[in-house]
Amino acid sequence: MTEQWPVVVIGAGHNGLVCAALLARAGRRVLVLEAGSQPGGAAITREFAPGYRVSAVAHLLHLLDPTVERELALAQHGLRLAASGLRTVALSAAAAPLVLDGAAVVRGEVCAADRSALAALSARLQKFAALIARQHGRVPPRLAWASWKDALPALALALDIRRLGRRDMREFLRIATMNIHDVLEESLVSRALQGALAFDGVLGTRLGPRSGNTLYAALYRRSGSVAGRAGVLALPQGGMGAVTQALAAAARSAGAEIRCNAAVRELLVQEGRVTGVTLESGATIAAAIVVSNADPKTTLLRLLGARHLETGFAQRVHHLRSTGTAAKLHLALAALPAFTGVADQDLGQRLVIAPDLDYIERAFNPAKYREFSAEPVLEITLPSVHDVTLAPAGRHVLSAIVQYAPYDLATGWDAGREPFLRATLQVLERHAPGISGLVEHAELLTPADIEQQFRISGGHWHHGELALDQFMMLRPVPGAAHYAMPVPGLYLCGAGCHPGGGVMGSAGRNAAQVILKGG
Amino acid sequence: MLPRDHFHQAVYGTAFHPRTAAANQLNAWHRWRDHTVADAYFDVGMEYNAIRNACAVFDLSPMTKHLITGPDALAYMNRLVTRDVARIKPGRVGYCVWCDDAGQVIDDGTIFHLSENVFRLCSQERQLDWLHRSSIGFDVRIAEETEELAALAVQGPTSCAALRKLGLAGLESLGPFAIRTYPFAGGTLTVSRTGFTGDLGYELWIEPDQALGLWDRLFAAGRDFGIRAIGTFALEMSRIEAGYIQAGIDFLPADRAVRPDRTRSPFELDLGWLVDFNKPHFTGRAALLAEQRSGSRYRLVRLDVEGNKPAKDAYLYDGRRRNVGVVTSAVWSPAAKASIALGTVEMPYGGPEDELFAEIYYQKELKWSRCMARCSVVPGAFYDPARRRLTPAPDR
Repeated sequence: MTEQWPVVVIGAGHNGLVCAALLARAGRRVLVLEAGSQPGGAAITREFAPGYRVSAVAHLLHLLDPTVERELALAQHGLRLAASGLRTVALSAAAAPLVLDGAAVVRGEVCAADRSALAALSARLQKFAALIARQHGRVPPRLAWASWKDALPALALALDIRRLGRRDMREFLRIATMNIHDVLEESLVSRALQGALAFDGVLGTRLGPRSGNTLYAALYRRSGSVAGRAGVLALPQGGMGAVTQALAAAARSAGAEIRCNAAVRELLVQEGRVTGVTLESGATIAAAIVVSNADPKTTLLRLLGARHLETGFAQRVHHLRSTGTAAKLHLALAALPAFTGVADQDLGQRLVIAPDLDYIERAFNPAKYREFSAEPVLEITLPSVHDVTLAPAGRHVLSAIVQYAPYDLATGWDAGREPFLRATLQVLERHAPGISGLVEHAELLTPADIEQQFRISGGHWHHGELALDQFMMLRPVPGAAHYAMPVPGLYLCGAGCHPGGGVMGSAGRNAAQVILKGG
Repeated sequence: MLPRDHFHQAVYGTAFHPRTAAANQLNAWHRWRDHTVADAYFDVGMEYNAIRNACAVFDLSPMTKHLITGPDALAYMNRLVTRDVARIKPGRVGYCVWCDDAGQVIDDGTIFHLSENVFRLCSQERQLDWLHRSSIGFDVRIAEETEELAALAVQGPTSCAALRKLGLAGLESLGPFAIRTYPFAGGTLTVSRTGFTGDLGYELWIEPDQALGLWDRLFAAGRDFGIRAIGTFALEMSRIEAGYIQAGIDFLPADRAVRPDRTRSPFELDLGWLVDFNKPHFTGRAALLAEQRSGSRYRLVRLDVEGNKPAKDAYLYDGRRRNVGVVTSAVWSPAAKASIALGTVEMPYGGPEDELFAEIYYQKELKWSRCMARCSVVPGAFYDPARRRLTPAPDR
């Protein structure tokens, strides 16, 4: 007898859990199927060496949708922050680091002109980021309008842009598609400052500072808020897994069932409609609605299969740019490392190795040719400074995003892993002499590992490049931007949909709203 | 494969060119993709008469041919075209159309189901790009083999007799849309009972290096059966009589259209019978289902036009005032003894009982005149001889 559910959600990532929780809260019976042994998808905390735990992929919380947080009462379900409002420490091998607190340089050598220019630029970018943030909770505008109702989201977006005021609107339209290199060159002179700010435009992307629309990517990164403060970074207590644990608790208390070790092999299709799923175990589960938190390529080309789609649509999905370049480095350290020029109280902040624009561009160049950076850029956190639960007493974990490590490395990652790890440790050693001697265990997750371990096609943890041609009504691809897929009964709810990647939950919430409206 | 110095020449003769060139008394040619084919050899009327009364031979080698093979070939073909390919058994041929996502026709053609999971797709237009795009998720190999296969259409009431004389024993038992192979000059001659004339007829498929031998033996065998080489002009007359449509003339291939209202769906080309919603998913299915619910925008009409002026390019009117469409193909039909036309009209015009008017401009000694000719809608082919379907095929 086949098990039957009104709604099956594939994947207990943060968006899948948000969607499941909201659907369950609205009275739907929801079953969440998770391939892994615990809920959370890629947003989990896991032990990578005995006694050392770390956020497996994303390690900073800055985009979590405040509406989701409130609606699902995540605080009541156990979500706490270990730290919030992290500063950015821009490391330099040659000079003393800069310490940035929002728009203010609180330590380091920066001229007065740059200080005021930074304040002005930051204020403006934050205003633009707020505009983008307002779009997160909305189903994106439609390109073809069947009725005036369809035109409303587009009008709302136009109104938001108009409301910036004449001067800011003009500036927004001017810079929204620009590369962040050019914007920073016309605003600032400090190379260290430029490097630190440009880093936000390329983090998690296959783009360099001179690549188009990296400014938009930087705005996207600023578009969240934590505890009512916009554009700040936080560390959840217990790592990123704490967020999905709270979401899982919220989903369960709303009545959803979460089943782990239940990987989906394929979607069932009958008479042009998705009617359920088959598990790797061979069991089938019938469902009136299947919502996929998996990435668009996995969902549409692997689980569903191109043969159930139109040729042109399948082609667009096939060409969705989703090859990751971000690797994740986890170090188990015997003691707190010392970074040159960084005061002990700043070790718990976000440390960035992106000393200037050209350094980042040079790190990016090899990625174009499917090679890794000889001198990568890094975003480093030492979460155990704030959260003693993550490492044995007196010891620490280092969690770093390392770029660029192209998924499709020409030599393959079996051959590339060791040399890339060495190159990364060399860069670290340059900024933190002696750190190599503290390493008790190192884990490097390349995009190939991320693809394999978290079942994300291309290992791109945003499920698709964050680029203007893959944003809003173009995300993931035209014809699928409204969560309902062309095959009836199938919905997407993950980072591959609007608004996109980051531990946010908005895509899951938007998808739930579309499903509840019967769309 | 083209030779490395191919750029010295833009257009080629077909494998039959030495013979067709020798036969072409008018030296009248036009370009069909990368090859030249004859407009006519001597007299279009006589060539037309060979199609309807004797045995006509048309060089169709430039037809685009693709070979599709692999474990998923059947599934792939079924996703590509609108009809159910599973019903075209090995050894059979099926007419088909394929559509883009919006259910608009990209091209029409014939599927040759050569053997289990081996298909040949013949089409007017180059399709390799679309065929490759459609192959995502299918285990298939797709190769264009236009250059690797020469082809002749042998059409007309004595075509079967002429081909039997050539040595194709038992050919009369080959039913319409069936395929058979014969050993020929150490190689293989593939014969299909197919054609573009709406008459009894066959198409012969052979390796290019055996093309000239085939031509010579065919014409020797056909001497007593009125065999005659024909050009495109005569073929065009017969295909309009048969009511067949042609890409680029009666509809615009959807991948070439810029303006959204220029394309047509299968329903709008009177090819609804080729659309099967009960088979597995195919490209354009959702759009065509929606069209079936909400109605089509256009209708293909076959028109019997009053008078004797060919209605080429004529505007079509509802009554005498409202322009509702246009003629896409027109000819004086010797077989039907009528001026006939294919056209496209806006819905709801052109229904079975509807009367339309064609605005025909014609010239007499350089002076242009205009008439409004009454048209009646004809349900099917203008000329449809029983011998087209008879098996065994008539042998004289």
